Amino acid sequence: MHTLLFAQAKAPGHVALWMFLAFVAATLVVTWWSARRSSGASAYFAAGRRITGWQNGLAIGGDYMSAASFLGIAGMIAFSGYDGFLYSVGFLVAYLTVLLIVAEPLRNIGKFTMADVLAFRMSPRPVRAMASLSTLTVSTFYMIAQMVGAGALVKLLLPGVSYEVAVIGVGVLMIIYVVFGGMLATTWVQIIKAVLLMSGSLLLSILVMSHFGFSFAKFFDAIAHVTYHKDGALVTQNFLQPGLKFGAAVTHGWGPLDVISLGLALVFGTAGLPHILVRFYTVPDARTARSSVVWAMIIIGLFYIMTTFLGFGAATILTPEHIVVGGKPNDNMAAPLLAEALGGELLFAFISAVAFATILAVVAGLTISASTSFAHDFWTNVIHHTREHRPDEEVLVARVTAFVVGAISIFLAIKLQTINVAFLVGLAFAVAASANLPVIVLSIFWKRFNTAGAVAGLAVGLVSSIALIVVSPSVMGTDAKALIQGVPLFPLKNPGLVSIPLGFLAAILGALLTREEPKAEAKFTEFQVRGNTGLGAEKASAH
Amino acid sequence: MSPGENAHWEQIARDPDFRALLLDKAKFVAPATAFFLVYYFALPVLVGYAPRLMETRVLGEVNVAYLFALSQFFMAWIVAGFYVRAALRWDREALRVLEKFGKH
Repeated sequence: MHTLLFAQAKAPGHVALWMFLAFVAATLVVTWWSARRSSGASAYFAAGRRITGWQNGLAIGGDYMSAASFLGIAGMIAFSGYDGFLYSVGFLVAYLTVLLIVAEPLRNIGKFTMADVLAFRMSPRPVRAMASLSTLTVSTFYMIAQMVGAGALVKLLLPGVSYEVAVIGVGVLMIIYVVFGGMLATTWVQIIKAVLLMSGSLLLSILVMSHFGFSFAKFFDAIAHVTYHKDGALVTQNFLQPGLKFGAAVTHGWGPLDVISLGLALVFGTAGLPHILVRFYTVPDARTARSSVVWAMIIIGLFYIMTTFLGFGAATILTPEHIVVGGKPNDNMAAPLLAEALGGELLFAFISAVAFATILAVVAGLTISASTSFAHDFWTNVIHHTREHRPDEEVLVARVTAFVVGAISIFLAIKLQTINVAFLVGLAFAVAASANLPVIVLSIFWKRFNTAGAVAGLAVGLVSSIALIVVSPSVMGTDAKALIQGVPLFPLKNPGLVSIPLGFLAAILGALLTREEPKAEAKFTEFQVRGNTGLGAEKASAH
Repeated sequence: MSPGENAHWEQIARDPDFRALLLDKAKFVAPATAFFLVYYFALPVLVGYAPRLMETRVLGEVNVAYLFALSQFFMAWIVAGFYVRAALRWDREALRVLEKFGKH
């Protein structure tokens, strides 16, 4: 018995499991503490608006830096070099749109959701219904990507745990955080995750540099001469050279345009992601919303700079030919395998646990923003004309919705386990950039904007980005792996280049081709005064 | 919304100090947004359409492409820093407007 336990404990998977359980235990304590502390709508949906700037900055980072970033970008750099780093850049620069344009007016005008800002000037019911639909769509795509990723990851890291068990485990935990702990618990899960992710990445970065004797010259020299076996031949490749993944030569000429299209979706989509926007309601005022974006930019920026060490470290120290699982190259495993090579099984376990924590924090954020939008926008404002029949009905509806969202996500993730998830995250950003952002920007800056314009912008942005993805090479193809057989009708994998202008155009034309709306124009004055002075903004709760 | 309530917002909106605040914000936000968008999209455009230029080595093996990508992080932090500095001034201007209308 004793020797059996010992043998099991030696397997790296088991150390990872214990570390993961420690994280789960800590987050459950946080959930229990949050559930005891808070009651009422503003406590449940917005953590009482009493989160501080640095806390919210960390939570935004925890909400934003998904497993796709941590494992995906490290893997992309490990296999394709410099081109993977292009992703890292866009994820940070996107926060300038959030900081300069969206964060402060949103905090000053809204209460719980993105739709609060859109419905302020317009006829609330059609606008909230569309905004809620768009929120649920973005959250669902993003969620399926995270859950399928979680299942696949656990299968690799903990060989004893099946895909289904992993997906159900992640789903049940996120339901517990959100149903019982609301926004306060979600916030602290995200903060803990951000600290773990930053520590794990920093530790790996330091170990990579120590491997090169802390000499940047040696490190970059190695990156420029990565020697490995590729298709049976020994090749030496400069991994700093752009174009290995997106270059015109390897992508039938469409690669450069695809990268620009992706950049548009990132830079305009982040400021339209509902689960990021709701975070600005958790702070006391617009000034704190501003400082929380700055904290988030420091954390997110440092993290994405560190992808240099994680990705190029894996490329040089492991080389792509050794980033394999079960005989097949696996780019999601670059960071964990690098950890194993540099720090043994303990570090492998720690980095694996960080990856789980990363997924859990993101899915909890998605669940609470989806259920808040359904309860606040759809249930209370669209169906019940802003009247709550019983006190705290909105919170109850949100808790039930969180449960349903969780159950549906578990079901879809198990059904879709073989789907290629990379495009789902891109799709979420594209919908956010094409449907949500144009309408948010025009509501803030354009007096003549009206209800018809808002509904048209949301609808066209939503439909065009999804339709273009369906006929793009991400979904259509002539090889056996493609979801739809046939030559792709749209050449780019990222629809933003076309769908974002379409979203803006539909919103502008929708407003210009319909009658002026005196109420929306009169309310614009109030919007400007409130948005720029904070007069009448939602206050933090006394306790 | 009562007509009286709207008149109250109109009154603040017409105040010269409030107009000056809006103008001050627009004077920063518009060029700053244009700048960061141009700076950011220059990266994928140059990498995609001028790969030779971007492969030029500058410092040992480090090439223009990598340095330009890295500079984007500092560009974002610097623009954010300027924004925060300007926003502190706007906070004071907004407070002055609110005080004038007895709202603070």
